[in-house]
Amino acid sequence: MIPELGHFALILALCLALAQSVFGLAGAYTRRTEWMSVARPAVAGQFVFVALAFGCLTASFLGNDFSVRYVALNSNSALPTFYRVAAVWGAHEGSLMLWILVLSIWSIAVAALSRSLPDTFIARVLGVLGLISTGFLTFTLATSNPFLRLLPPAMDGNDLNPLLQDFALAVHPPILYTGYVGFAVAFSFACAAMLEGRLDQAWARWTRPWTIVAWMFLTIGIALGSWWAYYELGWGGWWFWDPVENASFMPWLAGTALIHSLAVTEKRNLFRSWTLLLAIFAFSLSLLGTFLVRSGVLISVHSFASDPARGVFILAFLTLCIGGALTLFAWRAPKLGSSAGFELGSRESFLLFNNALLVIAASLILLGTLYPLFMDGLDLGKISVGPPYFRAVFLVPMLPLLALLGVGMHSTWKRARLAELKRPLLLGLAGAFALALVVVLIAYGRVTILALVGLTAGLWIIFSALRVPVSRLLSRQGLPASVLGMSIAHFGVGIFTIGVAGVEAYKIEKDVALRPGQSVQIAGYDFAFRGVHDVAGPNYNAIEGEFDVTRKGALVRVLRPQKRVYRVQTMPMTEAAITVGWTRDLFVALGDQLGGDAWSVRIQYKPLIRYIWLGAVFMALGGLTAASDRRYRPVRVTDTLPAKDATARDTP
Amino acid sequence: MTPRRKRLLVVLGVLAGVGIAAGLVFRSLNENMMLFYDPTQVVAGEAPHERPFRIGGMVTKGSVARASGSLEIRFVVTDFKSSVPVTYTGVLPDLFGEGKGVVAHGRLTRDGVFAADEVLAKHDEKYMPPEVAKSLKGPPPSTT
Repeated sequence: MIPELGHFALILALCLALAQSVFGLAGAYTRRTEWMSVARPAVAGQFVFVALAFGCLTASFLGNDFSVRYVALNSNSALPTFYRVAAVWGAHEGSLMLWILVLSIWSIAVAALSRSLPDTFIARVLGVLGLISTGFLTFTLATSNPFLRLLPPAMDGNDLNPLLQDFALAVHPPILYTGYVGFAVAFSFACAAMLEGRLDQAWARWTRPWTIVAWMFLTIGIALGSWWAYYELGWGGWWFWDPVENASFMPWLAGTALIHSLAVTEKRNLFRSWTLLLAIFAFSLSLLGTFLVRSGVLISVHSFASDPARGVFILAFLTLCIGGALTLFAWRAPKLGSSAGFELGSRESFLLFNNALLVIAASLILLGTLYPLFMDGLDLGKISVGPPYFRAVFLVPMLPLLALLGVGMHSTWKRARLAELKRPLLLGLAGAFALALVVVLIAYGRVTILALVGLTAGLWIIFSALRVPVSRLLSRQGLPASVLGMSIAHFGVGIFTIGVAGVEAYKIEKDVALRPGQSVQIAGYDFAFRGVHDVAGPNYNAIEGEFDVTRKGALVRVLRPQKRVYRVQTMPMTEAAITVGWTRDLFVALGDQLGGDAWSVRIQYKPLIRYIWLGAVFMALGGLTAASDRRYRPVRVTDTLPAKDATARDTP
Repeated sequence: MTPRRKRLLVVLGVLAGVGIAAGLVFRSLNENMMLFYDPTQVVAGEAPHERPFRIGGMVTKGSVARASGSLEIRFVVTDFKSSVPVTYTGVLPDLFGEGKGVVAHGRLTRDGVFAADEVLAKHDEKYMPPEVAKSLKGPPPSTT
């Protein structure tokens, strides 16, 4: 009964999504207030029914209803309750449901917080959001319905993929999707602006907080995914340039470019058509990412063949969305061109470089990700593009970006006034270089270019980021949340850079064969293997190894890596043991029994790796701070738009 | 120099820059592109000796052999028509096993043994690398 209720609620949600888009868009076009006023209640109703459908699916999981095919495939009666909830989005169908739920939450937030915006504008925004929702609901109902029954019902479920039975990966999809789907709001604002034929500074001010919040969630989501891959996949890497990771990283790069370009549009009314284009790109890449990851298109091109309906629908939907938006852009953007000029060395010019470099990085990653698909599609051979390509094409635009960031933070709008800052900036750079050199020599005793350049850039950005709020406070200029947020986020970029440089330059990875009683030394630490014993978990059995980690005779930590076998899927899984520290992580993973009582063991020393995720946390915090700025708070505005906002002029 | 000429030069400069950048990108792409061969192609001598590539197939049952207490492992990859011996030193992925699909990255030595520096398995036990599925001519992998 419950699954049918959910199915029915989903159909009703589709009807309301249709009403939302038709009445919103047509009402704004014909300027009929009574039509436009349908949009908001439709959003609310759609949210209620989507939430109901999602609740029904969750209830089926919690109640172990194995007559539902999707539940039977992804859950098990022995699965802990927390993971039964997380299993809802453990596979394709459920993650689509999650996508739709997140979209309806964003929609209702837009509907509720937009009372101050002009009626026709918000009707168009909600209309476009309704169109996206319609597309996703149709896709789910037509090709990926999670409520399908299984006849006869299964006795027990197939269990959730053990790799997904983990806290970080349980919360990773909702947070990542909140980011992905959040770009739908920026996309809808862009489409509405083009339909309205009006794009001014007020528009940018409305769009900015939404985009920044979406970007913040995406940042956290990607960081969680990276953290999970590090400790759960058992390999100790933090980024693999895997197509699935790239799929989430490309929208992040486009989104990062977008929030910077929006700043220029808001402050100087420039880059207007470019901002629109970026809003379209960011969401298009999110769409591409969602589909590529869960539908398995990228992992296996041949999944298209296994369910042609799904593949064709995805292609059609992507074409409609991206093609429609780009057509609208081609038609309307020429009217929105901007004319004011700026000097080289002004803040606008720095943000222009920022945008160019970020977009170049995103395009090159897109090229590498899709290249194997094209090659295979054209029957030119089966290839894969290795991480060295991605490392090269990412590093080349990123190094100038980091260098420009250190200077660009202090630039001013319109005119280049960097001459007076030359001394402090150069001093900061020299200080960063000296500090980096000292750290590299004392802590690691070995100079590599990567470490030196990375640490210098990271420290310089940190100095630069701290300088802005400190000098503002010293000169009693006041510190708006948006400025503080910018500093925090860029501080995070510095921290992140230090982490990457440290771990990539000085990591040590070693595969060894050990018998109980033997030990191995890595980076001054002594890993002594004590032996293995059996342990039993709720839905798995495990062999647990014991390693005493000592440094100069003092015990650092006892590490207990596990080799688990999940009972239902009989899938072996390595559970690495990690001791976390401010300067390094130590990582032990148990491999296979090598005959006798010897085991293969992977031991790793990962200096500064925590700073990678810490940096991401600071970036997200910075985003949150900036989005909370007072000027974004909803104020009642009447018909005329505050096109020229003098008070916001001097803040970035 | 007339403004028109100046503009022409700027455009040409930008074009040249873009061209060089595109050339470098595609060179990097081609250098880091890893080709995939199945055992039949390797046995037939189609696979290169001078550059690394990926090989995929099933691990032949009963072929996994290890020197006791050492990290070195030997196994045979087959597509049920031809077989290629593979050596690897290190910790194997969780899902490696006899009778299961595998993809290995490495070089082909002169004596026809594939020296792998990386052995891959994916997130899911049902997962079979698409290339393997194709070369085995088996049913396509289930995507549910």
